[in-house]
Amino acid sequence: MGKNLVGNHIRKLRFNHDEMTQQQLADKVGVTRQTIVALEKGNYSPSLELAFRIAHTFNLPLEEIFYYGENTKQ
Amino acid sequence: MTYQEKKSIVSLISAILIFVSYCLYMYPRFPGGGLESIEAFRYWGSFVLFLTLFSIIAHIIITIIFNIVFRLTTKEKEPTFADELDRLIELKAHRNSFFVFLIGFLIAMGSLVILQPSHMMFIILITSGFISDVIGSVTKLYHYRRGV
Repeated sequence: MGKNLVGNHIRKLRFNHDEMTQQQLADKVGVTRQTIVALEKGNYSPSLELAFRIAHTFNLPLEEIFYYGENTKQ
Repeated sequence: MTYQEKKSIVSLISAILIFVSYCLYMYPRFPGGGLESIEAFRYWGSFVLFLTLFSIIAHIIITIIFNIVFRLTTKEKEPTFADELDRLIELKAHRNSFFVFLIGFLIAMGSLVILQPSHMMFIILITSGFISDVIGSVTKLYHYRRGV
């Protein structure tokens, strides 16, 4: 199975938010740690609802967390 | 390896063990006499019925034991709910599983059309049920490891 085209900066954002653990983020957005692992690996594109919940957790707009295709903004 | 991956592997192994051990138990009990006798139909009916009950009970027991071992070895609690990824993978597993069983069901009906004995139809049905169960577990394992 190929990688999803929707990428994200979740790992970096977790690190910048007091080194939040995957489990802590999972608890905040209401999913299992497995789902956060899959998101960070690029193995899963989240639903719009989950994407918004993650954006609210980091207090950032969606496009600063998720990108489509190759990431050009670092 | 995550909880879901381990659970898929345990489910796969337990499905194989349950089916093989049940078949080994039931095989010598096949009634003699005519293959189309009432006894033979009763045998196949009880085979399917008790296999279903036996596998449900065995799966519950194995899941409880697996959760206890998981907690003891990893010091983690197993997830208590299924999120959107779990539900998506579950759906894909069910789709593949039903597709395999449907193929088996059609082959079983086809065996009657080409005048095969009725026990052939039961064997194909039971085997396709088993293979569909295995395919369901393999699909879950695949998607948990490789993504959706």
